Amino acid sequence: MNIVVCLKQVPDTETKIRVAPGGLDIVRDGVNYQVSPYDEFAIEEALRLREKFGGQVTLVTLGPQKAEDALRFGLSMGADRAIHVKDETLLGGDPLGAAAVLAAAVKDEAFDLVLTGKLAIDDYQEQVGALLAERLGLPSVSLVTKLEIAADGKRATVTHDVEGGREVVEVALPAVLTCQKGLNEPRYPSLPNIMKAKKKPIDVKDAAALGVDAAVVGPGGARLTLVELSTPPPRQAGKRIDGDPATAAATLVRLLREEAKVI
Amino acid sequence: MSQVWIYAELKDGAVKKVASELLGAARAIVEQRGGAEVAAVLMGEGVGALAEDLGRRGIGAVLVADDPVLRDYRTEPYAAVLADAVKARKPSAVLFPASLQGKDLSARLAGKLSAPLATDCMALDEVAADSLTVTRPVYSGKARAKVRLTGPVQLVSFRPNVLPPVEGAGTTPRVETLPVAVDPAVAARVVVKERLEEARGKVELTEASIIVSGGRGMRGPENFALLEELASVLHAAVGASRAAVDAGWRDHASQVGQTGKTVSPNLSIACGISGSIQHMAGMGSSKYIVAINKDPEAPIFKVADYGIVGDLFEVVPKLTEAARKALA
Ligand SMILES: Cc1cc2nc3c(=O)[nH]c(=O)nc-3n(C[C@H](O)[C@H](O)[C@H](O)COP(=O)(O)OP(=O)(O)OC[C@H]3O[C@@H](n4cnc5c(N)ncnc54)[C@H](O)[C@@H]3O)c2cc1C
Ligand SMILES: Nc1ncnc2c1ncn2[C@@H]1O[C@H](COP(=O)(O)O)[C@@H](O)[C@H]1O
Repeated sequence: MNIVVCLKQVPDTETKIRVAPGGLDIVRDGVNYQVSPYDEFAIEEALRLREKFGGQVTLVTLGPQKAEDALRFGLSMGADRAIHVKDETLLGGDPLGAAAVLAAAVKDEAFDLVLTGKLAIDDYQEQVGALLAERLGLPSVSLVTKLEIAADGKRATVTHDVEGGREVVEVALPAVLTCQKGLNEPRYPSLPNIMKAKKKPIDVKDAAALGVDAAVVGPGGARLTLVELSTPPPRQAGKRIDGDPATAAATLVRLLREEAKVI
Repeated sequence: MSQVWIYAELKDGAVKKVASELLGAARAIVEQRGGAEVAAVLMGEGVGALAEDLGRRGIGAVLVADDPVLRDYRTEPYAAVLADAVKARKPSAVLFPASLQGKDLSARLAGKLSAPLATDCMALDEVAADSLTVTRPVYSGKARAKVRLTGPVQLVSFRPNVLPPVEGAGTTPRVETLPVAVDPAVAARVVVKERLEEARGKVELTEASIIVSGGRGMRGPENFALLEELASVLHAAVGASRAAVDAGWRDHASQVGQTGKTVSPNLSIACGISGSIQHMAGMGSSKYIVAINKDPEAPIFKVADYGIVGDLFEVVPKLTEAARKALA
């Protein structure tokens, strides 16, 4: 079972977001980076499948030089090898561009399954998984919380989130699955694995090597562009409601009805 | 003169109320582009009769794709039918609810059309002949991005509850049929086996206009019954902090926050939740926040519109009682 996992390096969840002058980026000084949490579910699931079926786990990222740290993290969790699409001309494009680049990077790999996160917690696009599936001409299932591969490796039984509940579907492989919280508990890299990961191979590729045109899939070809980033107006602390529980509750209900008009 | 489309998502055999919210944005686009009209797209099996409901909401044209292959929602058949329709009829924009289904479908459609998609939008800012500018949350709601979509057709999903619903004068809509031609080999790639409808009829967290959520302060899974009761009086959904989910008290699907759901209800009532940066990221855009916490220094009070310092086990039952009385 060969599995490709797409991962993105993002500012960690503790980051206080401030907008940089110009409004087109956040202040990057002092920001720590991590693998987007949903991508960790994808890596973990790939490792578990490899433990069961054998095969190889390949990580792929499109990102700057420092995204290598994210790949090393995934390798130290236990992935076998990685592809780093590292090309300044391909950074800052839109999700369609990212999906086209990722598709070019994985299309010649022999894989049975592509796993992505449900979304990357920086841009919150929640679309690259489905776009990639379309580019690869494969079926996709979103928001997967349970995955079982048939013994013949040709189909998977997948539980995923749907409106108001969950649904079980059977999907033909190869397929693209987007991973949701609940799928597994990602492992922490062990010290020996961190050491081993330093020697694992990372193939570095640029636009030319992938045969993609940066004018189309890079920022110049983007059909979704950032106009301005802002932070929401800070919320103000409002009213404290005093009194014994019964009085406070009654006051709150009155305020919610008469002042806020939300119930 | 091109149309602007609304994807009329169904839930339990009825059109979701979010259709009326999308209608306002769709009308604004049509007006500023001098376009023809707003049309709703209805997909499924045996769904034709629902066109009348869309008419009652003020939508004048309904495009219906009615076929057994569309009985269960599945990404590829739905996206294929919708992509064929867009290519044939060339609407200038298609609006979706930012629901699980709306996001899945719109993303696959964007791939098929190579069209830009902005997900989870909270506002429509500008309309031009061949572009739309919208605002959407990024960094889990810690920031907002104004983004522009360009190209012959733009796809946008809007979060439920952020656009005011419009009730147009009811009409009898013009109904047109969309062709359904799905490659059987493609349709066979995903087969729905079973729906675990544990939440049938329940309000979906991301669509609820009121959310009652509980955190570590709830002390155990059994105590969430208190919140369920308050929620049923308020027609609210029940959410949870990660602490409550990781403790195994609530299903992961009810987690609100950076690694859970991002919600934007009119009212969020946080019980026994401290207000961590990761939790606030998910619920900070609630119109009103109520905090019930026994620690007067809890950070949640810094962002709450109304705060009650007290023991939730005393306050919540009283609140349920007071709400029941007031809403009776
Ligand atoms: C990578 C990462 C991602 C994360 N993602 C999320 C996320 O998506 N969502 C999320 O919620 N968290 C997330 N967290 C966790 C977050 O940091 C907090 O640990 C978590 O939100 C705390 O949950 P809590 O407020 O329920 O618990 P606590 O912080 O322990 O707060 C419990 C509160 O209950 C109050 N309380 C106790 N008893 C009572 C009582 N009887 N009556 C009234 N009040 C009472 C206490 O005063 C306290 O304020 C994430 C963390 C990391 C590192
Ligand atoms: N630059 C990237 N490199 C590799 N994978 C990515 C990249 N961007 C997005 N992805 C994958 O697509 C998923 C969804 O991302 P998004 O649609 O950007 O929210 C992520 O969880 C990743 O698995």
